[in-house]
Amino acid sequence: MTTTAILSDDATTAAPPATPVPRRLLAVEHLDVSFASGHGRSARSNHVVKDVSLSLEAGACLAIVGESGSGKSVTARTLVGLPGSGARVTAGRLEVAGRSALGRPERSWRRIRGKDIGFILQDALVSLDPLRPVGREIEESLRLHGTTNAAARRAKVLELLASVGVPEPELRARQRPDELSGGLRQRALIASAIALDPGLVIADEPTTALDVTVQAQVLDLLAGMKERGTGIVLISHDLSVVARLADHVAVMQGGAIVEQGPVDQILGDPRHEYTRALLDAVPSAHTRGVPLTSAGRESMGAAAGRVRIDRPAGAPAVLRAEHLSKSYKGPDGRFATVVDDVSFELRAGETLGIVGESGSGKSTTAKIALAMLDPDAGRVLLDGQPWTELTTSQRRPRRRTVTSVYQDPLSSFDPRWNAERILLDALDAGAFSTAAAQRGRIVELAAAVGLAEEHLAKHPLQLSGGQRQRLAIARALAPEPEVIVLDEAVSALDVSVQAQVLDLLTDLQQRFGLSYLFISHDLGVIHHMSDRVLVMKDGRAVEQGDADEVFTNPQHPYTRELLASVPRVELAGSVD
Amino acid sequence: MTTTLHDDAGPDTVRAPSPVAARLHRTGVRVLSALGVIWAAATFTFFIQALLPGDRATLLLNQLTGQIQERTAGELAPINARYGFDDPLLVQYADFITGLLRGNLGMSYQLYKPVTEVIGDQVLPTIALTFSALAVAWVIAVVFTVATVKRVPWLSSLASAIEAFAAGLPQYWLGVILLVVFALGLGAFPVVGGTGLASLVLPALTLGIPLAGFLGQTIRSEFDAALDQPFTLTARMRGMGDTQVRLRHVLRHSVLPGITLSGWAMGALFSGAVIAENIFSRPGLGKVLVTAVNSRDLPVVCGVVILVAVIYVVANLLVDLAYTLIDPRMKTA
Repeated sequence: MTTTAILSDDATTAAPPATPVPRRLLAVEHLDVSFASGHGRSARSNHVVKDVSLSLEAGACLAIVGESGSGKSVTARTLVGLPGSGARVTAGRLEVAGRSALGRPERSWRRIRGKDIGFILQDALVSLDPLRPVGREIEESLRLHGTTNAAARRAKVLELLASVGVPEPELRARQRPDELSGGLRQRALIASAIALDPGLVIADEPTTALDVTVQAQVLDLLAGMKERGTGIVLISHDLSVVARLADHVAVMQGGAIVEQGPVDQILGDPRHEYTRALLDAVPSAHTRGVPLTSAGRESMGAAAGRVRIDRPAGAPAVLRAEHLSKSYKGPDGRFATVVDDVSFELRAGETLGIVGESGSGKSTTAKIALAMLDPDAGRVLLDGQPWTELTTSQRRPRRRTVTSVYQDPLSSFDPRWNAERILLDALDAGAFSTAAAQRGRIVELAAAVGLAEEHLAKHPLQLSGGQRQRLAIARALAPEPEVIVLDEAVSALDVSVQAQVLDLLTDLQQRFGLSYLFISHDLGVIHHMSDRVLVMKDGRAVEQGDADEVFTNPQHPYTRELLASVPRVELAGSVD
Repeated sequence: MTTTLHDDAGPDTVRAPSPVAARLHRTGVRVLSALGVIWAAATFTFFIQALLPGDRATLLLNQLTGQIQERTAGELAPINARYGFDDPLLVQYADFITGLLRGNLGMSYQLYKPVTEVIGDQVLPTIALTFSALAVAWVIAVVFTVATVKRVPWLSSLASAIEAFAAGLPQYWLGVILLVVFALGLGAFPVVGGTGLASLVLPALTLGIPLAGFLGQTIRSEFDAALDQPFTLTARMRGMGDTQVRLRHVLRHSVLPGITLSGWAMGALFSGAVIAENIFSRPGLGKVLVTAVNSRDLPVVCGVVILVAVIYVVANLLVDLAYTLIDPRMKTA
């Protein structure tokens, strides 16, 4: 770390002792971080954080919101002196946990990391050492900061695990992250970060990759810490998480803070255009039938702003699943029923949303619907004809009727093919008499999903996440299907890109009369997209029906629990 | 949390055999396949012995007398009868296998001693050399990797180049250089023979340095990748220093491919021992093997081949064991 502005001394930390104002944990003024890349003449500087000013007091939560690449994570890491290798940090003022952080040597940073500042990363499966029991990881924090007595450390580990709500701490401390459920291991990660009761906790996407009910528990845990006087810096791309925990919000775009203020003001009455776009892009019950992006609003809902047409209830079923069951042999040699007597009906031109947490069997159901996987019992009918019961060769001529889009298109593309080749592969080659006609169709498909002709020459790795997902959708459209199965198709995208893709899907459905089997763990997305929903838990369909009815008047206790766990952004009049 | 799939799997859940039975089954399969490898090696060497051009009785007689000439049928008959060379091939094979099961590998043509005795006398120095070479290789590779990966760019590249160079060093050449520099030139180590620890250093380095190059190259890329894993960032955020992060977290993640390589290296080191023992005039199987091959003492050659197969198999069983110790997730996978 290089510093140009070095404060005169530590005088700034000596606040008058009698002041009743809460302790200042963070004072950042004009922070800039840039990374050098290349050597010699090709050396370039990548300016990642620009003129950022922040402040935080004990017992409060400051949220830094932005999309991937906005510089929010680098900002957070700079606060603990780990901005990354080759980083150049300058600031007018940079005080963390009451001490100046500019020009602080690594040795001195090490003393306060873990002790005065706790850091929580996302996804404990990889953020805790996957080869060690979680107890050892928590113990490490204690060992590094001077608890030399092993017995005392072990006792403290159990106490910590219990304090973050982990049942049976003696057993859990001996288990590895992969042996714990998502919620338990995230708690263990939090326990390792707060082992020494730091006054300041920085949480970088602490609930991303967690199921919604687990996310709610983790947020409650953080809220409890805040109440007891811990200051929290929350880094998130998810505005609904922010709404639940933060007191103060800073919105970052392209390395700079475009707007910051109290949470009510930022979420309720955003001044900056970018903040407004971010808020509008959040799919939810409010946005049902409304395009999420301004571009979408211009192209689609010109007149009334509503694009959803109420379909006649008697539309024929294109895909009908009857009593599907599937079980697998688990690692312990026992059979686990992953899909258990699931029936549903997808009608022409509608979207059926399947929602559930990880392990609920929704993806297995999708694979059976695609006839990629044979069910142990039950069957799927396509346009009233047998579908899953056919042999592979009987099914081949009708394969094109049902296509799919997955969460991570990159792994489903041949990396050596360019976009044009990928689409060509998906076309029915016999249907075109000339190469020109074929090429015309490919351009047409690309245009339908909003890709320009120049994108066709690119390889998947050269495309952005949103463009890749558009390409995957174009590929799914190529054989002119009736049904597209979308398995977490927008889950990996940033909120504004997700909004564009959702608008695109709605638009395509209108134009081509497609039926969607839309699978997601995100209730907001499901509610935004679906005509009807199917709620899955432990392989069973616990509830299904009209989307609005299920969401406003849930019958099953699990659906109610799920809905209660969803953090919401209060959108005071942002949708009209 | 809510994913309790295994607990309420419903009445139609079929129970598989218990975990204990499953483990016994796995162990049984592994032991059987190990025995299969040894059996295949033994069979292979037997048929090479029996089907190689040249009459075995003539060979034996020539060796006894030290002359090379054609023998009459009368001269060969007692030898053929004694060693059973007249029996049908399958009978000879059956005798060979039953002998093997009783631990009898036959008699050396040249030394008039049971092969087991010939090998038994010389096996310990070779095993000592093999294991110390492996240990030397691991120490060098680990120290080198921990010290150089992702420090300063030029240091990492230089270290990687040195490893590639070491991996390409011919053992024979390296042994001679070490001998000339450290034993003859500096007099730091004994030049010839000896059984003490000091006599082990140069031969172990001769075999260990090229292997360290291979190991280092395999570990390096894994180490590099593991350094970028989020859990290392978590460890730093706890206040852990760089060296500790490398030693306590990253190293364990990077050694698995090196362990796999070690299973293979055990076999390679055994054959490499021939060279090292030759250069440093050490006692050991290498010398036995070279002499036996030169004089076509086939029972001894076969005995050594079977022994190498056994060591190979044992090494690979140890590798599997080390795998589950280093990565406990493999037990359930």
